[in-house]
Amino acid sequence: MTSIVPKEQSSESKKDLPIEEHEDFRLFGLIAFLIADGMTFAGFFAAYLTFKAVNPIGPDAIYELELPLPTLNTVLLLVSSFTFHRAGKFLEKNESKQCQIWLLITGALGIAFLISQMFEYFTLPFGLTDNLFASTFYALTGFHGLHVTLGSIMIMIIWWQTRLPSGRVNNENKFPFEAVELYWHFVDGIWVVLFIILYLL
Amino acid sequence: MTISLKPSDSPPEKLQPTGWLKYLSFSLDHKVIGLQYLVCGFLFYLIGGSLAGAIRVELISPLSDFMPREVYNQVLTLHGTIMIFLWIVPVVNGAFGNYLIPFYVGARDMAFPRLNAVAFWLIPPSGLMLITSYFINGAAQSGWTAYPPLSITTPAAGQIIWILSVLLLGGSSIFGGINFIATILKLRRPGLKLMQLPMYCWAMLGTSILVVLSTPVLAGTLILLSFDIVAHTGFFNPSLGGNVIVYQHLFWFYSHPAVYIMVLPAFGLVSEILPIHSRKPLFGYTTMVFSIMGIVVLGLVVWAHHMFTSGTPPWMRLFFTIATAFIAVPTGIKFFNWVATLWGGKISLNAAMLFSCGFIINFVLGGITGVALAQVPFDVHVHDTYFVVAHFHYIVYGGSVFVIFSSIYHWFPKFTGKMLNENLGRFHFIITFIGFNLCFAPQHWLGLNGMPRRVAEYDPQFQLINQLSSVGALLMALSTLPFLWNILRSILYGDEAGDNPWNALTPEWLTSSPPPVENWKGEAPLVVEPYGYGEKNSINTKEKMK
Repeated sequence: MTSIVPKEQSSESKKDLPIEEHEDFRLFGLIAFLIADGMTFAGFFAAYLTFKAVNPIGPDAIYELELPLPTLNTVLLLVSSFTFHRAGKFLEKNESKQCQIWLLITGALGIAFLISQMFEYFTLPFGLTDNLFASTFYALTGFHGLHVTLGSIMIMIIWWQTRLPSGRVNNENKFPFEAVELYWHFVDGIWVVLFIILYLL
Repeated sequence: MTISLKPSDSPPEKLQPTGWLKYLSFSLDHKVIGLQYLVCGFLFYLIGGSLAGAIRVELISPLSDFMPREVYNQVLTLHGTIMIFLWIVPVVNGAFGNYLIPFYVGARDMAFPRLNAVAFWLIPPSGLMLITSYFINGAAQSGWTAYPPLSITTPAAGQIIWILSVLLLGGSSIFGGINFIATILKLRRPGLKLMQLPMYCWAMLGTSILVVLSTPVLAGTLILLSFDIVAHTGFFNPSLGGNVIVYQHLFWFYSHPAVYIMVLPAFGLVSEILPIHSRKPLFGYTTMVFSIMGIVVLGLVVWAHHMFTSGTPPWMRLFFTIATAFIAVPTGIKFFNWVATLWGGKISLNAAMLFSCGFIINFVLGGITGVALAQVPFDVHVHDTYFVVAHFHYIVYGGSVFVIFSSIYHWFPKFTGKMLNENLGRFHFIITFIGFNLCFAPQHWLGLNGMPRRVAEYDPQFQLINQLSSVGALLMALSTLPFLWNILRSILYGDEAGDNPWNALTPEWLTSSPPPVENWKGEAPLVVEPYGYGEKNSINTKEKMK
């Protein structure tokens, strides 16, 4: 257990103690977590594909989806990945103002995605319990939407933390920014897979 | 970017409680967390064991006279869930993993201490939630597998609490797994190579990979199941157009690897204990490593052998039979390596060694019935009978729980600085071994003759064998008493153990007992040959001679 020693406690005896350094592997831990999270989605996708292959859906059930709105959603998320990357470039150059603008755009794109997704939910002709396809559709998109919601909240927190002069996230302390960025790219990647499997196939 | 760690020479007493209170606190010390896992798991073991006792009492007579059928189903479900998710998985992974892995990799703590404490503190609340569900409208009744449509049609409250509890425990398991992977791969002491690590590290690495890959699938499945129960969707409900087989596939995608999550760490622990008490190097280190990794890979692709009677198509049966038979190869390699480790060694038959040998015997018996069960014609005959119950308990009790006891006898001097009484320990082993085999060996016969599992009533012709089995269960219950007495007596009046009572070479013994807060007073020792016993040219032996 490594503890942070209060200043008044530090005495001369500390000089002899070895100072150990190790690299920062918080991102490594995050990647392991994202693999686990991805496996949850993999389970959902496997269930959906099996349902689709094996279980017949009633003749009157609607399971063809309109494409324009989800395509717009895909574009929103892909662009937001790009803008997040842009924000990162400015953070590296220590231009917090520019970084904050691009973060704000990213967050806005995330929220726009959620609004658009909700609009799609309201216009769809089926509800959660109508048939197996409907249930799986809502479970998959809903679980992904939960991820986007959390991501948007985290982007807003990062945006607040990159403010000058008192924000804690800057060129020296980049980990929170990198973590959220990695998570956001992951959520985007999942969406692309989801879009192909759920809407295009 | 690098993080500097400044070890503090005096533990920050003001910030964290000391004494026994620290075991009830949100401590970040991996040794405290390890013991928290162990004691918490053991308390749940006592509860789960009492439930098993209730099951065996019920089965003394063919009628359901000791408790109503619904209660029997609840007891059965709670017994399975508690023993798997609250006793074996947290103890073989969480308890010994947290205590030993940082020593083995030469670190002062786990990679993510705070996440580690969070992972532990998810367990007691979810365990309590699971048990209290019995008093609120009845606990879940569908067994630890929670197969729909049974889990959808039985009372919803208990089932939903069961799902929530398993989700929390799964989360705890995933956090622990991430922590172990990061610690083993990233936090190794400079100069320590992967192929120099003690075998338990490899076992935990393999286990953690399985945890991270398979537990989330169970979580997703249970979320869908809870939708079926609460929102009346039809994922797994055939009357609403759903598909129960998909649940079984997803469930076993986790729950078959779960067997390896319970038993691979046990393999690792045995590989630590056998060389020390037979004074010989571990036989076949490299083959051991590759067989662990082989089990990890194969363990992910054998799940459907639990589903041979679920209408699986012939090609699937063929594939999963062959894959399952293949798993016997790496497992057999490990078995022969342990025997070869013992061969010609200077064996001291203390309690730790006896329990490890008991493990080897029981595990071979369980492994043989496992290979038999993988064969479709045989499996179709004994599916869902007591044969499966016997096989399963030979693996998880005869395997994992024997190793847990062995490990407690082995590492108790390190945990507390006190020795356990060896004669009481040997007595404990003899009663446990006889009781266990008396309880579960006859169940093979019951299963072959067609007694179904999970049912409170049975054909009167099976009564005598069931009573025999119940006597064995009574012996197992009684065997806990000398163990508890031994622990209590040692903590109060035990002999001082000293730093290294077994003359072991693995790094946890190269510090004081119990170890200081950051594991070593000075720099962590570099142990490149953890099993260099009795070899003249071993680096360790040379250093000892100096």
